[in-house]
Amino acid sequence: MALEAFFKKPKNELEKGGRLPPAKAETAYEMSEKCPSCGHDIPLSFLWDNLHVCRCGRCFRMNARQRIRFMADKGSFTELWGDLESTDLLNFPGYKSKLESTISSAREKEAVICGEATIGGAACALFVMEPYFMMGSMGTIVGEKITRLFEYATEKRLPVVGCTVSGGARMQEGILSLMQMAKTSGAVKRHSDSGLLYITVITDPTTGGVTASFAMEGDIIIAEPGATIGFAGARLVEQTVRKKLPQGFQKAETMLEHGFIDMILPRNEQKRVIGTLLSMHIQI
Amino acid sequence: MKTAYEIVTAARSKDRQTGLEFIEHVFKGFIELHGDRRYADDPSVVGGLACLDDTPFTVIATEKGRDTKSRIRRNFGMAHPEGYRKALRLMKQAEKFGRPIVCFVDTSGAYPGIAAEERGQGQAIAESITEMMGLKVPVLSVLIGEGGSGGALALAVADEVWMLENASYSVIAPESCANILWRDTDKAAEAAENLKLTAKDAYRLGVVERIISERGGDTELMYVSLASDIRSWYQKMRIFSGEELTQTRYGRFRKLGVPGSEQ
Repeated sequence: MALEAFFKKPKNELEKGGRLPPAKAETAYEMSEKCPSCGHDIPLSFLWDNLHVCRCGRCFRMNARQRIRFMADKGSFTELWGDLESTDLLNFPGYKSKLESTISSAREKEAVICGEATIGGAACALFVMEPYFMMGSMGTIVGEKITRLFEYATEKRLPVVGCTVSGGARMQEGILSLMQMAKTSGAVKRHSDSGLLYITVITDPTTGGVTASFAMEGDIIIAEPGATIGFAGARLVEQTVRKKLPQGFQKAETMLEHGFIDMILPRNEQKRVIGTLLSMHIQI
Repeated sequence: MKTAYEIVTAARSKDRQTGLEFIEHVFKGFIELHGDRRYADDPSVVGGLACLDDTPFTVIATEKGRDTKSRIRRNFGMAHPEGYRKALRLMKQAEKFGRPIVCFVDTSGAYPGIAAEERGQGQAIAESITEMMGLKVPVLSVLIGEGGSGGALALAVADEVWMLENASYSVIAPESCANILWRDTDKAAEAAENLKLTAKDAYRLGVVERIISERGGDTELMYVSLASDIRSWYQKMRIFSGEELTQTRYGRFRKLGVPGSEQ
């Protein structure tokens, strides 16, 4: 049977590989990006108009400023501590030049943006992590900014909304990066003990030290469809157990099934639901 | 003077004293308690009650095992979420009865397995860190061997953290770091040097309060002097209220990695 199939000439695309031909780009010269889920080439203009979500529902990576633009009410966002910048405090080889090139390519000074905003009219402290800044890795400045935001929110009695994306702790800052997990968690706890609300929106991918600290500490945890959420990297797990990983491993859908997140929300519904949740927690 | 990588090797050595041995030699009359009351009992983490002089302590340790058979049973000291949940249950119990807590940490990290991830490794570590921050009794963590990343930190959010002279405390294994940054695991020694993972580095950076001498390999002497150090630490800590303890503990971590403060 296998031999027969080998000699049989496929009649069409479907017989060849069972894949549909990729859709043609809508205009001849437009730039497009291939969707890793459905395999179609999606024109960039379509992505820009649709919160960077493919027709098939796949959420593309989105930079922090874009996310703030769709999450916060128009003109309501005021950035805090935007001038804080990482330094090569341990003289780690290559880190200084890596920081310099990242700052110019990402046009951001750090992997998290913090500030105050309103969402659906409700005031909150907001942090959004930046995937294009060293994959949202957490060094001392990321830890410091998030800690300050929780302290600020505790002081001003504001809820916190936080969007996470991170490869984990930033190894170029060594043991001090690891300590940021405890520092941020301590600030989250003091905020929580004051009876204030914390909502996390976990986006793809959120792993390592960020999962094992403030990403998982929300009162309400929302995830984007298909987001990878885990502690250990999938490759390390595969090498350790020497088995193929199950379907849906570390995916938001699996995390929901196992009870670790509250809900999965498509991007275009996030603002509405978060706004409603915030308004249900307004304290008189 | 040992290089950073020689210390990593020493910290991983099979001949090193394990967590359970520290409990049994530093404390007296250890009564082990099992299970996280949610899913299972994780043999990588041991915990229970033990006395120093006449004072009962809650003691917790990650345990690697001594021979091949026990190492396999202990999963080489790499805990599943249940291990952290058991530790947290015992710490909450200590808080209820006003007992001080001592943790001995020796793990290459939390176990990177399929089931561990599915049962919420990240959530278990996050919860442990957060809850330890709020414990209203004195907490001491002693890093006795490998202090591997979040899996070690999950048991080291304490009022004071001490480190044995040949222990390591690192955000990532030097081999993994070298592999990610330079695609070359042979550069692990160079990575180890730069990750600032030795007790001296951690002390200089304010990450640990004390370096414990290994007394040139005289383990009996080391146990005796460690017991005496813990005794005086507890005398110093017992006068503080729960509120004072949590304030100071938060302050301890809050100052780590603040811009402008020279490390």
